[in-house]
Amino acid sequence: MRTIDQTTQEILDLASKHFNVPAGALSPDDDFFKKLGIDSLQTLELLSRIENHFNIELPDYEVQGVSDFRTLASRIQSRL
Amino acid sequence: MLDLAKYPSIGAALKDALDQFANEICLIESDRDREKERLTYRDFKDRALPLASALQQAGLEANDRAAIIMTNQSKWLISAYAIFFCGGILVPLDYKLTPDEQWQLLTHSGASVLITEYPIWRQLAASSGRTTATKLRTILVTEAPSNADLAGAGRWEDALANNVAPTFVSRTRKDVATIVYSSGTGGRPKGCMMTHENYLEQCVALTSLYPFAPGFRYLSILPTNHAIDFMVGFFGPFICGATVVHLRTLRPEFVRDAFPKYKITYVSLVPLILKNLQKGLQARFDALPSGKRKIFNALVSANKALTKSRPRLGLSRLLLKQVHGGFGGELRAIIVGGAFTEPQTLQFFYDLGIPVANGYGLTEADTAITVNDLRPFRADTVGKPLPGMEVRIVDPDKDGIGEVFVRSKTVMSGYLDEPELTAEAIVDGWLKTGDLGRFDPAGHLQLFGRKKNMIVTEEGKNIYPEDIEAVFESLPVKEFCVFAANYIWPRRSMTGEQLVLVIHLEPGQTLTEDLRKTISSLNSRLLNYKRIHGIIFYEEDFPRTASLKIKRNILAERLGKLDRDAAIQPL
Repeated sequence: MRTIDQTTQEILDLASKHFNVPAGALSPDDDFFKKLGIDSLQTLELLSRIENHFNIELPDYEVQGVSDFRTLASRIQSRL
Repeated sequence: MLDLAKYPSIGAALKDALDQFANEICLIESDRDREKERLTYRDFKDRALPLASALQQAGLEANDRAAIIMTNQSKWLISAYAIFFCGGILVPLDYKLTPDEQWQLLTHSGASVLITEYPIWRQLAASSGRTTATKLRTILVTEAPSNADLAGAGRWEDALANNVAPTFVSRTRKDVATIVYSSGTGGRPKGCMMTHENYLEQCVALTSLYPFAPGFRYLSILPTNHAIDFMVGFFGPFICGATVVHLRTLRPEFVRDAFPKYKITYVSLVPLILKNLQKGLQARFDALPSGKRKIFNALVSANKALTKSRPRLGLSRLLLKQVHGGFGGELRAIIVGGAFTEPQTLQFFYDLGIPVANGYGLTEADTAITVNDLRPFRADTVGKPLPGMEVRIVDPDKDGIGEVFVRSKTVMSGYLDEPELTAEAIVDGWLKTGDLGRFDPAGHLQLFGRKKNMIVTEEGKNIYPEDIEAVFESLPVKEFCVFAANYIWPRRSMTGEQLVLVIHLEPGQTLTEDLRKTISSLNSRLLNYKRIHGIIFYEEDFPRTASLKIKRNILAERLGKLDRDAAIQPL
C-alpha cells in the first residue's frame, strides 16, 4: 500500500509528464489550473491518466472543486 | 411532434408525450463504457408517477418550489417531470457550485423540496448553510449506499415504491414553471422566473429549425440545469419522442466513444469543448501521410464547394466518411452555446460537413434569441432572430453598433423578489441584454462585446464581478473592487474576457510580497473560472453613493483613462 506522500509524488510525476513540464517543477500545494495553465477539460485528461496509473475509477463528483495536487492525492488515496 | 399550441404547460405536454411515444426509447444512461439502463417513455412514466405521488404526500402543491441538484442523468428528468406533474415550480441548480452557494440559492428560491444525489448531499449536509433554508421540508437523495447516514433526507428510490395514484395539477401558460439562476451566488441572486409559455414558445421556434423525431439521439453533456440542455436535452426531444443519452463520466475519451456507440444525432457543447474537439481532429489530419493528406484536403474542398449554399448531410457523409464515422455517421448538427464561439472553429466543422448551430441567447430570454439557420452557413454571425423574436439595436453608434434589445414570448416574467432589477432589465416589454451588436444587410446579428460589467468564459459560465468580491473581504487594503477589464476598456470582442481587482492602498502602504501572496491565496479559493487575472492600483478614493456603495460606472470611467496594458499588473 502506497503512503499519501508516494501517491502525491506519483501524481506530480504523471502531471509533469502529461503536460511536459520539468520533473520537480511541481509541488503538492500548487494550483494545477494556474501552475500548468490548463482548463477543466485538460484536467479531465490528466484524471484519466491518473486512473489508469493507479487502476482505480474516480467518479467526476470526487474531483469537483479540487484544484491542488495535495487534495487530489487524498481523494485518490481513499480509493486505493 | 406534439402540437404545442394546444398545451397550457410543460407538464401537460410531457404527460401526453409519455403516452403518445410509450414504446420509444426515451433515455439511455451510460457510465464509462458500461450501459446502465435504457428506459422507454412508458418506463419513464412508471417511475415518475410514484415519485409525483410521494411528493404530493409530502405536501408539494401548485406553485411550491422544488429544487434539483444533480449531474446529468435519467433521475434528473424523472424528478423534473414529477415536480411539473404536481404543479410545482422547478428550481434547477448547478451541481458545480459550492455547498454554501447551493444553500444560498436554495434559501433564496424558498424551495420546500430538494432532490439531489448522495455525494452532493453528503457535502450539502455538512455545510453550515443548511440552517438558512428554513422552508426546506423534503429532501430526497438518489443512489445512497445502504448504510449511509442520510442526515434527515429520504431515499429517492424508496419514493418509487409508492402505489397511490398522483393527481395531475394543471397550470396555465402564464404561470411560473422554473426559477433559473443566471448569477448572484456571491451577491444579489438573480432568479429568472420562466413561465410555461416561455418554454412552449421557445421549443416551437427551435424545433422549426432543428427538429427531433423518434429515433433521434441527443447526447446530453451540458448541465441540465442550463437553459440549453433543459430545452434540447429534455423538453424538445421528449415532445418529439426522441432519445436522450446521459453519460455519468464526462471524460473526453468516453464522450468521444459515445458518438459512434449511440449514433448521436445532436449534441450541445460549450465553445471550450468544441475547440478541444477541433484541436484533436486537426492533430489527426496533420498526422496523415502526405498522399492521404492531399486526398483528404481535396475532399474537404469539394465538400466546401458543394455545401456553400446549404448543408448536404448525405453528400458530406459520403465524401468525408471517416470523419463522419468517428461521430457515428448520423450527426445532424452540433449545437454550441453558453458563450461566444470563434468563427474559425465554426467554419472548421462546417467545412467537414458538420453544421454547428451557433446562436445567441441568455437565460432571461430562455434558450436562444438568434440561431444560424445554415442557409447559408455564416461563421461570422450568431444567426438570425428565431421565429417570434423581435430584436432591435438601441442607440447605435456610427458603425451601427448598439445594445441588443429583445421582445418575445420567451422573455422571463422577472427576477424573483427583485422588482427593481426586473424594471432595470425589462423596459416596456423589451429585455435589455447588455450585449452590443448590429445587424448585417442579410439580417444576421453580429456581436461586438458587452455594455455590462460581466464576463462569460469559454466554458459558458457567466461571472459577475460583484459575486466574487466577498472572497477578498479580508484583504488588508483601504478599499477594493472587481471589474471585467472590457467594461473599463471596451473592446469589440466577445472572447478573452478577464476579471481585474482594483485596489486602493492605505496611505503609506505599499504592495509587499505578503500582500501579493494574500491576494493569490484568496483568489485560489475561487473556482478556477471565477478567478481574477490582474491587479490595478488606484490612488484615489473610490466614488461612492450616499449609502457608501461604490459607483462602479463612474469608477470604471476614471479607470478607463489609464492605459490598459500598463495599468493591469498580472497576478
